[in-house]
Parts: sequence; structure tokens; C-alpha cells
Amino acid sequence: LSKKVQAIYLWWHKPVIDQELLQSLPNLKVIANSGVGMDHLDLKLIASFGVKIANAPHAVSSSTADAGMALLLASARRLVEVHHIATSSSVDYCEADILGVKVAGATLGIIGMGRIGYKIALRAKAFEMNILYHNRTRRKAQEEQAVSATCCEKIDSLLQQADFVVVAVSLTPQTRNLIGKRELELMKPTATLINISRGAVVDQGPLVTALQTGVIGAAALDVTNPEPLPRDHPLLKLKNVLITPHLGSRTDKATYMITEEAVENILAALNGRPMPSEVLPS
Amino acid sequence: MWYHKPVVNEELLQSLPNLRIVASSGVGIDHLDLNLLSSYGVKVSNTPFIISTDTADLGMALMLASSRRLVEGYEMAVSPDTEYFPADWLGTEVSGATLGIVGMGTIGYKVAERAKAFEMKILYHNRSQRKKEEESAVGAVYCKKIDNLLQQSDFVLLAVNLTSQTHKLIGKRELELMKPTATLINISRGLVVDQDALVEALQKKIIKAAALDVTYPEPLPRDHPLLKLKNVIITPHIGSATKKTRRIMMEEMTESIQAGLAGLPVPHEVL
Repeated sequence: LSKKVQAIYLWWHKPVIDQELLQSLPNLKVIANSGVGMDHLDLKLIASFGVKIANAPHAVSSSTADAGMALLLASARRLVEVHHIATSSSVDYCEADILGVKVAGATLGIIGMGRIGYKIALRAKAFEMNILYHNRTRRKAQEEQAVSATCCEKIDSLLQQADFVVVAVSLTPQTRNLIGKRELELMKPTATLINISRGAVVDQGPLVTALQTGVIGAAALDVTNPEPLPRDHPLLKLKNVLITPHLGSRTDKATYMITEEAVENILAALNGRPMPSEVLPS
Repeated sequence: MWYHKPVVNEELLQSLPNLRIVASSGVGIDHLDLNLLSSYGVKVSNTPFIISTDTADLGMALMLASSRRLVEGYEMAVSPDTEYFPADWLGTEVSGATLGIVGMGTIGYKVAERAKAFEMKILYHNRSQRKKEEESAVGAVYCKKIDNLLQQSDFVLLAVNLTSQTHKLIGKRELELMKPTATLINISRGLVVDQDALVEALQKKIIKAAALDVTYPEPLPRDHPLLKLKNVIITPHIGSATKKTRRIMMEEMTESIQAGLAGLPVPHEVL
């Protein structure tokens, strides 16, 4: 059977692609990844076996941007908290305890203005938010104008001004622990950190401390390190934290589209044609 | 007047001979008998526009939370029993879906502006059709008959005010016209929906889910079936509940009261 395998469609990081697996599949030509993140794959190792790799960047961008906005709004308006209050067995609550933060006119800082980050900017503009962004490279002027976004070359400037900080970078050696103690301390004490990238982009220990001591106001995390967190992890107990189970791309539509993208890439690779979303080790 | 208290009836008005003005918080005035108040020479004011943005934001927040299963997801993420996140746990996509807005006033229109950015297809039903430029700005298509909107929408959002015409606007018939995969979002008034019909529709999967910022009464009795349904999100009427907006509402109410007492034209007077 192992000699027959020409393609692998990777679903949620399984199977684990290591030396052993690659050696056991001599006719493997292509690995298609579900989703866009590639941090779980050793690209150089795979390339050394002559195996091509593809991801599914287009399929996930809208759903993940939607999830980012869902988390931003749910956190700002305390949705989960007040739903529990509205459905709890007691009807006693103080008005002041259910007040949220006005999103219109607030400043959103997007760290990582790729496909997903840009779609977030498009959505946030409709909510009348002021948009700042920080990215490896600056976006074209028309792209910035279309969403009225201001580029912050230094991440510090973005962190100091933003009421909501959304992290939408890919995980690379450069972005690991991108948001640490220093960055959290630069943020406003009323600010909310929203992470839809990878848990490892945020230094989790300092995040816990920052949330416990009021260095930042709140966090909404679709991704953590690991997933799920150990059941006794402090993040699970903090009142000002919203955690969701990596649902960024978990919609029926995105699932079909991811699979369609994967199949296109696999067929292209097997037929020697250019692959629509090939990922090269760089 | 805050959250419909105190109740303004004949008895109260008779006991307050020097009452000049009732300043009501928010935009809805369905809880006030305007004719009665007028007969006692009492002016009425509300805070109509300042609440629109936050209420539209909440409508979007409820739509996103419901479709992406945010409340359930949070519970799974923090539950002591969770060992892994199941691979087949999925939500429904908002981007590209069809939103039907019932009531395209200030709030409804702001919802449309936001939904457009999510590349949603927007249908709307209103007492009167909006101007062409307003429709094209948000890509909204007018449905003269509410039935057309109900049959095509993935999300139905109610943003009408409560009047005798909109009382139980959404009943058994309307719910049955909706898609079985559709979600009802109510940011208007509880009485716009026939609540018993809604419970039945949710239990029998005639519609998929509901997200309600308003119910009747508020709060619901603690044994009410709506509180137990897994496919329902309920929030305690927080449409305008942000610190900034509440502050401005207070300022507007104070201005109206001061003008009313000084015999000057009352800002935001309701006639």
C-alpha cells in the first residue's frame, strides 16, 4: 500500500510528516495542507524528498476574518458573559456589570496585513473603526486607502494607540513570541488582544500576568499553545478572557473550499502542471 | 425614565400634577401611552440616534456568535472534560450568506452597511422603499412582500419598532416560510415575535437557531423553554449598553428635561 501513495491530504496536522513517514512512501509526490498555516511542517525536509507542498490560502481567509470580528465584537460587548447572566437561575445583576465598549470610533491595530488581516480591515472599516496596521511590507497606497488604514512601521506605535489589537501573522521563527512582556506593556490598560494566528505568536506566561494585573484589559484567543490548554491553565479561569476552539476556519463552506483547493493542487502536482498554491521552502 | 420604569399610567399622572416632561432612555416608546400623556400636557422625549450604532453592532455580534457557535465553543474550550477539539465541529459561514433585514430604519441601515463588508447578499423589507442611492450604497434589494425575504434569507434580522402593525409580525406562518437552516436575530422588541411559536419552531427544527437581545417579558421567567434551548443565544437587552453611549443618552435626557422645564423647545421630543 505504501508504494501506491502519491498524495497526502493533511487534515488538522495529521498524519505527522516526519523522516520515517517520508521514507516509507517512496512514490509520494505531493502533500496538500488543509488551511493556510504551515508551521507544523518541516518544509526543507519534505522538499529534500522531492515532495511538493500546497496550502489552501483562499479558502480560509473570509472565515478567519469573520471569526476575528466575531471575537472582537463578542469581547467588546461581553456577549458570552451576559448570555450566561441572561440564562442563569438568578436574575440579579447590576446594570454597570453588563456595559461593554463602543466599537465605532475605536482604534483597531492589525498585526499581519496578509489576506486575512486585510479582510479584517475591510470589515472593521464598516464598523467605523480607525485602522492601523503593522506588516513585513507596506501595502500599496490604493489598498491602504480602500480601508483607510495607516501603516505603523514600528509595532510600538500601533500597540500604544490601539484599543483592539488583532494578531493575524503566520507563525515563523520571526513571529514566535512576537507579543511578549514588552509589547503587552506598551498596550493600553483598556486594550483587548485578539489572537487568530497561532498560540506561539504570543508569549503565554506574560499574557497571563498582563491580564491578571490589568496591564491589558482583556483577551480573545482562538488559538493557544497547546490546543486545547491543560485543564488547570490560568487562562481558563480569567474572567476577562474569551477562548474559542480554533474555529477560525471551521465552517461548512470553508471546509468544502479547503478540500477543493487541496484536490486542485494534488491533481496539478500529479499531472506535472503548475500548482495553484504551491508553498516553497524559503 | 429608565428601562420602562416607573410605569406611566393614569394613576401616576394624577398623582404628579406638576409633571412637565418624561424623558425616556433609548429610542423605543412602545411602553408609553402618548395620547394619555398628551392629555395631561406632559411632553415626551427619547434618545433616538445615539443608540443606533451600538444596536447595529450588537445585531452583527449576535449573528456572528450564533453562526460560529461562539458560546458553545467557549464552553468546550474551558470545560474540565475537554480532551481535544473534534475535527467535525463546524459552524456556518457569514461571509457571502443572505441577510434579510426586516425594518430598514436607522438601525437596519447601519446593519446593512456592516453586512456589506462581509460580502453578504442583503434583502430588506420596510414600510416604504429606500431611495435608490441608499439601496445601491449597501447593495440591498427591496422585498415588498416579507415572504420573499423570509424564503431566501440565511439570517433574518428584526429591526422594526414595536407598533400595533408589528406586534407578532413573526409568527408561525413566517417561521415556516424561513429556511430550516436560517437563524432569527431580534434586536427590536420581544413582542414583535410570537414567542410561543418561536419556541415550537426551534424545538421542531423549523428554523435552525435564534439570537435574541429582546424577549417578552425581560427578563424571562427562569423556567422558560427559551433559556434551555441549545440553539438560542439570549442577551439582556444590551443593544445600547456601552459606557460611551449610555453617557451620551444621559446627557441627552438631561438636556431634554432642562428644556422641558424651562418651557423651551425640547430636543428629541416625541410627538
